[in-house]
Amino acid sequence: MHRILKKTQLSNDVFRMEVEAPLIARERKPGQFIILQVDTNFGERIPLTIGDADIEKGSITLVFQTVGLTTKLLASKQEGDEIAALVGPLGRPTHIEKVGHVVCVGGGIGVAPSYPIAQAFKKAGNKVTIIMGARSQNLFVMTDEMRAIADELILITDDGSSGRKGLVTEPLKELCEGPNKPDLAIVIGPPIMMKFCALTTKPFGVKTIASLNTIMVDGTGMCGGCRVSVGGQTKFVCVDGPEFDAHQVDFDNMMKRLRTFKPREMWAKDHLCNLMQAADALQEKQGGTK
Amino acid sequence: MKTPEELQEEAVAKLAETEGKALTPKDRMAIPHQEMPSQMPLERSRNMKEVALGYTAEEARLEAMRCLQCPNAPCMQGCPVKIRIPAFLHAAAQGDFDNAIQIIKESSLLPAVCGRVCPQERQCQQNCTLGKVLKSVDLAVGIGRVERFCADRERELAAQPGAKPTPIAVKPETGKKVAVIGSGPSCITVAADVRREGHDVTMFEALQKTGGVLVYGIPEFRLPKAIVQQEIDNLSRMGVKIETNFVVGRTRTIREMMDEDGFDAVFVGTGAGLPKFMNIPGENFVGVVSANEYLTRANLMRAYDTEHAHTPIYASRKVAVLGGGNVAMDAARMALRLGAEEVHLVYRRTEAEMPARIEEVEHAKEEGVRFHLLQNAVEILGDENDCVTGMKCIRFELGEPDASGRRSPVAIPGSEFVMPVDTVIVAIGNGSNPLISQTTPGLEVNKRGNILVNEQNQTSLEGIYAGGDIVLGAATVILAMGEGRKAAAAINEYLAKR
Repeated sequence: MHRILKKTQLSNDVFRMEVEAPLIARERKPGQFIILQVDTNFGERIPLTIGDADIEKGSITLVFQTVGLTTKLLASKQEGDEIAALVGPLGRPTHIEKVGHVVCVGGGIGVAPSYPIAQAFKKAGNKVTIIMGARSQNLFVMTDEMRAIADELILITDDGSSGRKGLVTEPLKELCEGPNKPDLAIVIGPPIMMKFCALTTKPFGVKTIASLNTIMVDGTGMCGGCRVSVGGQTKFVCVDGPEFDAHQVDFDNMMKRLRTFKPREMWAKDHLCNLMQAADALQEKQGGTK
Repeated sequence: MKTPEELQEEAVAKLAETEGKALTPKDRMAIPHQEMPSQMPLERSRNMKEVALGYTAEEARLEAMRCLQCPNAPCMQGCPVKIRIPAFLHAAAQGDFDNAIQIIKESSLLPAVCGRVCPQERQCQQNCTLGKVLKSVDLAVGIGRVERFCADRERELAAQPGAKPTPIAVKPETGKKVAVIGSGPSCITVAADVRREGHDVTMFEALQKTGGVLVYGIPEFRLPKAIVQQEIDNLSRMGVKIETNFVVGRTRTIREMMDEDGFDAVFVGTGAGLPKFMNIPGENFVGVVSANEYLTRANLMRAYDTEHAHTPIYASRKVAVLGGGNVAMDAARMALRLGAEEVHLVYRRTEAEMPARIEEVEHAKEEGVRFHLLQNAVEILGDENDCVTGMKCIRFELGEPDASGRRSPVAIPGSEFVMPVDTVIVAIGNGSNPLISQTTPGLEVNKRGNILVNEQNQTSLEGIYAGGDIVLGAATVILAMGEGRKAAAAINEYLAKR
């Protein structure tokens, strides 16, 4: 069991939790993720990225958005409550080296997993530019942490409520065109954002790495539910990734695979909707929603 | 098909005839092979309960009486762990089931499991003289079924109120620590045999539940989870520690466990868990899944329990399963139980070459799985959302026998056709998971990723042993158990010298 040490609500549907997990805190490296279960009897296993870790306290930080049943149940938990299972750290760590200029693009809660990666590249002696994008100002996460390590921080919102108004691909393109062309781009966020970031950097020959978050069951290579096509070859995100050459990833197929259970849930799984409602009610009762 | 009640009535009558009579070999041969009482196909194909209900005491005795007690015991030669089969059948024929189970347990730690999942028709029963005389392996003594009865009876008696738990002898603590990585059949065996010597054993399991393939892979209708759980409970009673949700290689590496955490020896029994795909166009379409994923969702994650489970599973109408092994049968039969209207099993050879147990093939057919032999998928078709709409197949004919002795299938040009389906389950085998070998420098593997071991199941590194499917490639529960026994003996010997 893993106790929740600290819970912060960052926006309407985004939460940050510091959770007891001494073994994972000790072993985790930038780029890795965990699998979480709120209940080991009937709960599903979902992958979440690691936003930060504190070896002394034996804790890791998770930033998540309530999109499905498990994230809603997770959000309904309070400080002092326990999470049934945290497995990890999983996946291959980011390959960190000194390349010169690294640009990290984080979209939405994709900023959270970008943080340890950006931090590691900075520590390795790189110039680090960070582009953070969100729909609106109140949806930015870990801005202070990012500001502390960035050589340059660019904020951009869909509605212009903070920083520039527009999409992350715009400053990314300008950087690629400018005198200080990045040597490496790390893009983490919604699949559609990663797809367009990859399309943006490709003509400039800027090596681009995307961290993928696909549907998983076990997270250890056993099910193959996470598979993606990379350069025409099938790869497992959980053991071969989660990071891949973004110019080779078939994002269109990946996005369709991410929708696997959307129409089917409607078909046969009324119970899921009921469970969701129950989770919503629980969250409301515990004062989880602002 | 006869009902369980009809079968029992016949058995009682037949047994009464034999009572007090010295049976000649001719009498034994005349006893009819006892059919396995089973749930009726139409009923069972919509529930998750065990299909084969198991013999009654009378049926078990009669079946055991059919054994001719051959002095050379050819059946034993077919058994990977050399159970003294004629001896246990002799005891069972007398109704002395306590003695029968003790004889089995000299060699096998998991009789309730092996009685259910061993491919007996290719092991002990293949060599059975009675089967040879009667010219059919199907008429050999039902050794596995009697084994199952003896094991189930023991377990049920122990579960009755007031029953004393059988003490499990554990030698005084040695203070030496052993890590067992995985919790499937080879690991259960190693944990028990090493703990008995008084060593401090911890079992590490990556998933949330112990039992390995017995739990995530083999469905409830073929192997009830309670049976596996009891084996795990026995380990706990012996003092084996269990750590679930612990991925060795990631949460901690073997080197760290040995150098920093004080483990003196390690056994790697991580199985064959990496699903193989066909590498054909369309294989990443939505609705194409590995049998591992399908069965893990259904079994381990309990997606069949739509009332309670949070894990979704494909609500399929027309399902194609690719493959001819036990996993393919399990997936096909699971699809029926999850409500599929049509389940098509597609295999590129003939039924004779299918690696599945005969009983599973029979059960699948009885339940309505449609077999398409000498056919294989060449492409999976999808719509604009990349959702599966069909599967393009090609027909085969059998050519000359290949290196494995099986007649290899040859594609018939121009025989392509489309099978309309919405789900394709790929069950063409599993490779080895590279996590341990990637994170353990110096651990030697072959080109398929299987860990290399010597006759004592020791790997290329001192103190590290391996066994089961991670060494053998995808094999059987009993072979994994046999490997586990050998490895445990070697670990005990190694620790005694330290």
